[in-house]
Amino acid sequence: MSDLPHIKIQQEDFDLTTEVAALRAGHKDIGAVVSFVGTVRDINEGDEVSILELEHYPGMTEKALEKIRLEAHERWALESSLIIHRIGKMYPTDQIVLVAVSSRHRENAFYAAHFIMDYLKTNAPFWKKETLPNGDERWVDARISDKEAENRWVK
Amino acid sequence: MVNVLYFASFREMLGKANEQINAEYNTVGALIESLATRGENWQKALLENQNLQIAVNHDVAQRDTLIKAGDEVAFFPPVTGG
Repeated sequence: MSDLPHIKIQQEDFDLTTEVAALRAGHKDIGAVVSFVGTVRDINEGDEVSILELEHYPGMTEKALEKIRLEAHERWALESSLIIHRIGKMYPTDQIVLVAVSSRHRENAFYAAHFIMDYLKTNAPFWKKETLPNGDERWVDARISDKEAENRWVK
Repeated sequence: MVNVLYFASFREMLGKANEQINAEYNTVGALIESLATRGENWQKALLENQNLQIAVNHDVAQRDTLIKAGDEVAFFPPVTGG
């Protein structure tokens, strides 16, 4: 694994090409890179969403994400991995999260990216608040389907 | 002294983001019992809430998790990132 930061919590947007290039830099052994970009939707629970605001728990967030990342490295043979999660105000079509992993062979990378994303959804302390077009604000409720998605990875 | 943090909807419902609590409690549960005596909002958010999430010193915790002076205890709703 390289010395680059593996976890980034930031307000700024990210560039997929730049981040993946950094993830691959110097690794001649990489045969596969899988990346997932989550984006802000303009609709949730049947309502139009104007703004999505992300809050997190500084300190615990980094610790929780690093734990998830290291678990992925324990389960699959990966060469490198990166998690970027944005915080603050975002708008429909904005990028919100990036998970990128590299490995010698594609299967490990596919599984690991999927696993990291599922665990992030239920184990990393981020909370979403939506603003509707009429100005109403509401916190997004956790989904049962996210917990079910996590459970499929239980050994 | 325990540092107590509240996040997201809990921060809004309880009207504060953090506070120092002087009394000594053995467990998170004992701390919750004490906070719940402050009023209905506190009782609903912490004592009666089946979805309450707890962290002690940045690790996921339960009501029976032991706490000591200097610990950081956080209360929050289920997470919704990603």
